[in-house]
Amino acid sequence: MGPELEFEKPIHELQGKIAELKQFMDEKGIDLSDELNHLQERLANLEKETYGSMTPWERVGVARKLNRPTTLDYIPLLFTDFLECHGDRLYGDDSAIVGGIAKFHGCPVTVIGEQRGRDTKENIMRNFGSPHPEGYRKALRLMKQADKFHRPIITFIDTKGAFPGQAAEERGQSEAIARNLYEMSWLSVPVICVVIGEGASGGALAIGVGNQILMLENSWYSVISPEGAAALLWKDAGQAEKAAETMKITGSDLKKLGIIDKLVPEVLGGAHNDPKKQAELIDQALAGSMDQLDQLSPCQVREQRLAKYRQIGDYDTAQKNQTDLSIFSYSSSSDKQ
Amino acid sequence: MKDFFTKKKKYATVPSAKARQDVPEGIVRKCPKCKKIMYVKELKKHLFVCQSCGYHYPIGAYERAEMLFDADSYVEFDKNMVSLNPLQFPNYMHKLESDRKKTKLNEAVWTGKGRIEDCECAVAIMDKGFRMGSMGSVVGEKITRLIEYAGKQGIPVIIFSASGGARMQEGVLSLMQMAKTSAALKAFSENGGLYISIMTHPTTGGVSASFASLGDYNLAEPGALIGFAGRRIIEQTIGAELPPDFQTAEFLLKHGQLDQVVPRAELRTVLGRILSIHTEGSAEAWDRN
Repeated sequence: MGPELEFEKPIHELQGKIAELKQFMDEKGIDLSDELNHLQERLANLEKETYGSMTPWERVGVARKLNRPTTLDYIPLLFTDFLECHGDRLYGDDSAIVGGIAKFHGCPVTVIGEQRGRDTKENIMRNFGSPHPEGYRKALRLMKQADKFHRPIITFIDTKGAFPGQAAEERGQSEAIARNLYEMSWLSVPVICVVIGEGASGGALAIGVGNQILMLENSWYSVISPEGAAALLWKDAGQAEKAAETMKITGSDLKKLGIIDKLVPEVLGGAHNDPKKQAELIDQALAGSMDQLDQLSPCQVREQRLAKYRQIGDYDTAQKNQTDLSIFSYSSSSDKQ
Repeated sequence: MKDFFTKKKKYATVPSAKARQDVPEGIVRKCPKCKKIMYVKELKKHLFVCQSCGYHYPIGAYERAEMLFDADSYVEFDKNMVSLNPLQFPNYMHKLESDRKKTKLNEAVWTGKGRIEDCECAVAIMDKGFRMGSMGSVVGEKITRLIEYAGKQGIPVIIFSASGGARMQEGVLSLMQMAKTSAALKAFSENGGLYISIMTHPTTGGVSASFASLGDYNLAEPGALIGFAGRRIIEQTIGAELPPDFQTAEFLLKHGQLDQVVPRAELRTVLGRILSIHTEGSAEAWDRN
């Protein structure tokens, strides 16, 4: 489960007291149900209050819980007939990214997700969910296959970042990420991306260029981890909590900034408390997005995605360019100085 | 008396801000690699390449434009586009302002068009002097507009990268510029556009992981640092020391990531050759035989 989060301590203490009281009642046969009800009411209020007003840093803590559901936990709860497909056909098979074919509500889809371990042993096998180039190239291979067979693509983002290693650099980590951004933008099938845990930097974006981006309430997504931002900006990784605020990394921040399309609610206290219920909440959001994108022709699917990314950015000039939906009629407001 | 002199020495070495300004900027420069001292005038004549060891000094966007284009053939686009502060990041606007004064640029990239070996091209030149060449909304937008312009005009795109990566102060918006520029390049490419990427020192992080790696031709300047993750982070992660040439242009060439490493003095010739092979007449030349 990992270390207890500071802000949850009062809740766990109260839960402990309630358990103690129940045990005492059972052992002694004394009826203290008034007292028990009172404590349970207090707990419910405390939970509501605590989880209803989580800070960005507290959400980062929840997103990193070792028992938080991963891609492979959600797949059997959301899809049927999943068949995992391995390998990039170029170098190897990266187990930090899983992918395959499946059915979603009976409809054939391609599923791809970053996969961290659920314990230390699995984390070592999965490289803590930090992919190498072959992982991104496997993902791209499966996406191109989906494009060929007209299957929508659903991706799950959950990574601390692309792996910073010697071999990864030698095999072209930059190129692998760049290639995915390039090719994903042009796919003619719907792409729906769900940030389920951590979404750090290019390593997350490399499977994240979608028609719709969904984000769980307690996940985060940014250009860098809070620790990395603090180290770079203030030369002090200890200021991660401040960076989590300043960098605007939570789902609600990203919704306000217009980067994501839907904020998926989480079960009280976080997805790990009830993965099945959480999968239902994701299912609802995904099905809604699939319905919306199903209305579009393949050409419109591509244009919608291109237009979505085209308009991201905050700058000041005489002419903020108007979003142009047709791909080849470029707006050239730039050459008149 | 003895005490008096030693004491004075402590304070006598740093000239005042005013005095520093009075010294004409850069008459000589010392090569950081071989330590040879050269006159700036002489250096400039040799495109800021050390004549003793071949070290390529990093250069600003305006200097690069001046040495790249045919004489008096270029114009700048979107000169006045500036960053807003989407995350209300403390002190960000102040930092931009001071880099503006330092570089005479409004942002970390210069974009424009001009002729290279008599061929009209759309060109972006990043400047590491401005926020380490980092990419935020303005860099992403200017490059995207340039690519769209080139697509419309049917001219090649050439991008000189020099960047530490995505700009922290614009958070996720900076990250999304990677997708925005890459998507624009894909649309451009599908329409038959020619894109030449030239990686200069340094090309790392979100810039190397987006448009810089997507050229039809990927070139680099000798000795340029090119990579995704920082050397220190990698050494910490793997707990081992990396080879000295790790993430240099020559290292990337060896690992199949580049077409060529091109010395600055040969760049116009190499570009001219690529451009001539791609001009319309060349494609049909065979038919005439």
